[in-house]
Amino acid sequence: MWKRDEAVRQPAQPAVPTNEAAAAAPAAAAQAVRPDTIKSQNVRDVVNIGKSVVIKGELNGSEDLTIEGHVEGKIELRDHVLTIGPNGKIKAELFAKSVVVLGEVIGNVSASEKVDIRENGSVEGDITSPRVAIAEGAHFRGSVDMAQKTSKAASGPRPAEVKPQPAPQPVMQAQQAQKVG
Amino acid sequence: MLWDPRNKDRHEAAAAAAALGDAGQLFPTKALRKFLASLTSRESPVLMDLGPVVGPNVTFLGERLGCKIILEDLFGDLDRYPKASETPFAEYLKTRLKHEPDSVDGILCWNFFDFLDLPSAQVLARSLTKLLRTDGALLAFFATIGAADARFSKYVIMDEDSVRQRSYSSGGRKQTALPNRDIIRMFEGLKVSESFLLKTNVREFLFRKPAQTS
Repeated sequence: MWKRDEAVRQPAQPAVPTNEAAAAAPAAAAQAVRPDTIKSQNVRDVVNIGKSVVIKGELNGSEDLTIEGHVEGKIELRDHVLTIGPNGKIKAELFAKSVVVLGEVIGNVSASEKVDIRENGSVEGDITSPRVAIAEGAHFRGSVDMAQKTSKAASGPRPAEVKPQPAPQPVMQAQQAQKVG
Repeated sequence: MLWDPRNKDRHEAAAAAAALGDAGQLFPTKALRKFLASLTSRESPVLMDLGPVVGPNVTFLGERLGCKIILEDLFGDLDRYPKASETPFAEYLKTRLKHEPDSVDGILCWNFFDFLDLPSAQVLARSLTKLLRTDGALLAFFATIGAADARFSKYVIMDEDSVRQRSYSSGGRKQTALPNRDIIRMFEGLKVSESFLLKTNVREFLFRKPAQTS
C-alpha cells in the first residue's frame, strides 16, 4: 500500500510551488496523460470492417477506416484515411483525405492528400489526387489526375526552367547522342 | 558436397549480375526533355502513356507537369492478344483507344512500334495523330536493329535526361527496325520536331502536331 501511494504521489505538485512550476504543472500533467489518451483515441478512431462483412450502399464517416470486407456503392471519409486491406474488395467511388490500397478497388478514387497503391494492390478506375504512389507489383488501369494548382506550386522547378545541366555520369559519357541526318 | 570458397565469389557475382539485371540499363535521352518542355506551358495537360504502369513515372510526370495521365498499357494488350487470332491486331487497334479526338497534349509511345507489324503500326499512328491536340507532342523510340525474340521493356524516367530500361518477363515478340521513311510516313499529319540517334542504337523521334491550315 505504501509503495503504491508513493508512485501515485510522484507526478503531483512539488513541495514548494513557484509561479512557473504552477503554470507548468497542468502542461506536465497533460503530458503525463497524453500518451494513454492518444493510444485510446487511436484504438477508438480506427474502425475495421472485417472480412466477412458485405456492405451495399453509402458509407460516410469521420474516423480512419480499414476495410477487409466487400463494399459496393460509395465511401466517403473526407478528412480521414481509408485503407483497403489485402482482403478488401471494393466496387465503389472512394472519397477520402488519403487512400491506401492493398486489396482490390474497382471505381474512381479521389483523395485530397494522397493515393497509395501498395504491392499486390489493384485499382481499376480514375484517380484524382495531388500525390499518387504506385508500387512495383501493383495493378492499375485508368487515369491519374494530379492537376491541382497546389501541387504545381509546391513542385520543384519545371524542366524548361532547369538551367544548370547535371554532371554527366561515366556511363552516359560513353553514350553521347547524335542527331540524325 | 565440399565447401569451395571459390563458390562464394561465384554466388556473389551471380547475385550482383542479377541485381544489375533488375536495375536495368541507364541510357541518356535527348528528346524527353524537349517533350516535357513542350507540355510545361500548358495548363493541366493531358498525357497518354502507352507503356505498362510505372509508379515512379506517374509520380515524376504528375508532380512536374501537374497533368492528367491516361495509362493505356498496349504492351499488355499485345502480350495477351492471341497470336493465332483470326482478327489481326491492326483491327483490334482501330477501336482500342476510345478517347475524343484532339483531347491529348502528349503521348509517350516508348518503343511499342518496334513490336508491331506495319499495318498495325500504321493504324495506331493514325489513331494517335487524331487524339493529339494542336501543338501536342508525341515521343517514340525505335530500334535500329531487329530481333527475333525481344522482351518488352519498362522505361523508368530518372530525370529529364536519362531513362532506365528494364526488360520484364512479358514479350518474346519479333522486334522490327522500321526505316525512318516509314516512320515519318506513318505519322502523316505530324511534323518531326526532333530526332536523335543514340549510341545505344535507339532512335528517338519527337513529333509535334502543327496547326491545321484551312
